[in-house]
Amino acid sequence: MSDNIVEVKDLRVHFTLKGSLVQDAAGRRKKIVKAVDGVSFEIKQGEILSLVGESGSGKTTTGKAILGLVPFEAEKMLFRGEKINIKEKEYKRKFRQAAQMIYQDPYQSLNPRNQVIDIVTEPLVVNKLVESEEERLELGKEALERAGLTPGEDFFFRYPYELSGGQRQRVVIASSMIMGPSFVVADEPVSMLDASIRTGILKLMMDLRRENDLAYLFITHDLSLAWLISDRIAIMYLGKIMEMGDSEIIISSGKHPYTKALTDIMPKPGIKKEGPRKVLQGETPDPTEVIEGCKFCSRCPIKEEICSREEPPMKEVEPGHFVACHKV
Amino acid sequence: MSSAKSMMRKRKLKEFAGSIRRNKMAMTGTIILSIFILVAIFGPIIVPFSTLDFGDAEDMMQPPSSEHLLGTDDMGRDVLANLMSGARISLLCGFLATIISMVIGTIIGIASGYFGKAIDNVLMRFTDFFLVIPWLPLMMVLAAILGTSIWNIIFVIGITSWAGTARVVRAQTLSVKERQFVERTVSIGAGNIHIMIRHVLPNVFPLIFANTVLIAAVAITSETTLSFLGLGDTTRASWGMMLHYAFESGAASSGAWWYYLPPGLCVVLVVLSFALMGYAFDEIMNPKLKER
Amino acid sequence: MKLLEVKNLRTYFTISQGTVKAVDDVSFDLDHGEALGIVGESGCGKTTSALSIAKLLPKEGKIVGGEILLEGEDLAKLSDEEIQKHRWNDVSICFQGAMNALNPVMKIGEQIAEAIVLHHKSSEKDAMKKAAELLELVEIPGERINNYPHEFSGGMKQRVMIAMALACDPKIIIGDEPTTALDVMVQAQILNLLERLRTEFDMGFILITHDLSILAETCDKIAVMYAGRIVEKGSSEDIFQRTGHPYTKKLIKCFPDIKGKKTMMEGIPGAPPNMLEIPSGCPFHPRCEYAEEVCRTSMPDNIERHQGHFVACHKWEVIRSER
Repeated sequence: MSDNIVEVKDLRVHFTLKGSLVQDAAGRRKKIVKAVDGVSFEIKQGEILSLVGESGSGKTTTGKAILGLVPFEAEKMLFRGEKINIKEKEYKRKFRQAAQMIYQDPYQSLNPRNQVIDIVTEPLVVNKLVESEEERLELGKEALERAGLTPGEDFFFRYPYELSGGQRQRVVIASSMIMGPSFVVADEPVSMLDASIRTGILKLMMDLRRENDLAYLFITHDLSLAWLISDRIAIMYLGKIMEMGDSEIIISSGKHPYTKALTDIMPKPGIKKEGPRKVLQGETPDPTEVIEGCKFCSRCPIKEEICSREEPPMKEVEPGHFVACHKV
Repeated sequence: MSSAKSMMRKRKLKEFAGSIRRNKMAMTGTIILSIFILVAIFGPIIVPFSTLDFGDAEDMMQPPSSEHLLGTDDMGRDVLANLMSGARISLLCGFLATIISMVIGTIIGIASGYFGKAIDNVLMRFTDFFLVIPWLPLMMVLAAILGTSIWNIIFVIGITSWAGTARVVRAQTLSVKERQFVERTVSIGAGNIHIMIRHVLPNVFPLIFANTVLIAAVAITSETTLSFLGLGDTTRASWGMMLHYAFESGAASSGAWWYYLPPGLCVVLVVLSFALMGYAFDEIMNPKLKER
Repeated sequence: MKLLEVKNLRTYFTISQGTVKAVDDVSFDLDHGEALGIVGESGCGKTTSALSIAKLLPKEGKIVGGEILLEGEDLAKLSDEEIQKHRWNDVSICFQGAMNALNPVMKIGEQIAEAIVLHHKSSEKDAMKKAAELLELVEIPGERINNYPHEFSGGMKQRVMIAMALACDPKIIIGDEPTTALDVMVQAQILNLLERLRTEFDMGFILITHDLSILAETCDKIAVMYAGRIVEKGSSEDIFQRTGHPYTKKLIKCFPDIKGKKTMMEGIPGAPPNMLEIPSGCPFHPRCEYAEEVCRTSMPDNIERHQGHFVACHKWEVIRSER
């Protein structure tokens, strides 16, 4: 228990969509999007858990909820065994230093009017962790160089638009790491970057993890990437975890029909496929739709009568391998 | 280290100056305004007449001559001297009123957009009140109550002209607030004040600046209007006061064009220069408009 | 005669900072029913190549040399008016995020019909009928011609865009990152659809993408672009099994191989070049581990090393021996 850095039980994030004035007047029921609808998992110290899913599966919202960036309800939401209580000022201060986020789009997550040194050291400044300007510059230089931007002072007074995509993402990482966090939510940190740049960023993230015993919640839509870098993978669909387990097992012997469908269409570099891809028919239902039973039911190739009636519970089919499906 | 920083600043300033130079509207506006500012500063020193040189009866309402380049007014004073000292008052009034208006508009706009919800509602209803109320009667009433001092005029113009700025700033704040770097700043533990000053303000500033220039135009018109209506500071002759006196002395009907035309033209030119600069700055600093 | 032959195409952009040689001496060809993949990183000129073929270049861009032969007719020489005829009739482009280009206040059917009326001069009623048929073709029920764009999902809208591209029975469809913004499952559906349509209508298909991993299973031939040039082209086996160019080699290693060992990918040191200051000699030399003096001074020719397998590299012999 004690080696879990993050513990989430039955996390729910619901958004209410505002109707137009006319719709409200007509008394139409407000639409509720259950972005995250009962998600449970834990992350160990130094572990990487990947959340894999398509857009709208609630993977990013889950990450943001842990960091207290969106309102949520949860039965349990622990960080180092302590309840995450963002409302309490002193706790919030400590938590913000220990848990960080890396965003998908380095073009969006940097203020275009700030210089690199100010961006990188901003966490220190807002948390009053530096005493002098020299110390700030020194720590900023160190952080930049650790993130592979050497020599650090060459980057101090540049603006984000003067950097390449890869360099920007390194600035984001340098800034996230400057307070020495122990847990980082990485939201598709490489999906906006060119293939040749990606590896460098991933390597950097892995190095930092080794040096600081970091735990990552790695959010991605790319199953092969998740397999490559993470210890465990959780597959999400419409706000629920469908299957979770060791990354090798998920890829090679996933049990859930959705996992299987995803691994089936994974492009295998250099290998010519026979016949058309085995795709799932139809599309992901509208997230405002109320779904009885299993969320995946409408597209499941092996569904039965019970699936549309009852929501399948999460079952541990082998140690550490969880599947939410009636047919397993 | 600081030299690198100041070099960056210089470079940015140079870039900005360059884009002004390339923009004909901005250039015209800047030149006209610069001339007026220079005249306001140095004019009264150079001209051999003071605004207190009352002439004899034969000197009154004289058309332009080699001695009095723009003629004299109904009290025998040199119109050119009056015009130059009027420039001081009018410009000063315009600038100060604009600063008051900008500060109020920015604070209310950012607070309203950033906090949203109840605060937004209260502040925006307050703003709407100032936006829809007929500003001329309001200014007249306020000026009448507070008394006709130039400082009161500035204050009155300042507090009645910020509503538009607040609206524009609020709209921009709403969009900046949704940008990802704001959320990132929340996630590193920054407070609201830090985010508003360090992240929202720099990103709405270009808009504020462009808007400010347009408000300066309005402020100068307002001052002229108030003075013309007799609510101006009688001890300090602005262009508005000149027009007021010209009207009272019947200059228009007696054909003394040199009395009422110059201050009128000056007001038009200054307002035009501000307007040109405002639109041009908007274009230079708003990348979306630049693409057109 | 080949359906499409591009010979020594050069497309340059003149911008205030200088001239960008976005496409520099690019040649490839395409047959009926064939799929060609053009792969490369952002800014390598792959999109510009496509825009040149469709003659949809922005006003700063100009074709300064080479030929684009569509069934023997040189498109590069045609005037804008003459090209209007070709643009939809013979070559159709389907862009990344094209679904956002749909007019939100116009019915889907009307938008498809608009293209048909414009180019076929058919009556509105016939055009609507054809629009419904086209929707069926991209696996959307025909009665949905009366729906508005917001009633469709992202994947459906991309299908609608494909239907529009098909409106005038093109001979070539160019997909410029047609599935990049879409979810993996939808991406697979769209790729399946494009493949089906290609074989059904015997069209040529050019897929432009940064994602090497989807190319092998989608395309017969692959061209790898770097800094405005094709550095290697050949069949998908040539590219993946008999890789000849160090850039291709590195690029392949940038994608995780789930059939292989779980080791961190290699990546390529440095960054893609600034297109205003392309390195001398072989543009890849600053990032290449094989680079020698000759690579810094002279541009390697694109030489046919094997039937249809072209590699532009001085050190090809070394790389081949390592294989």
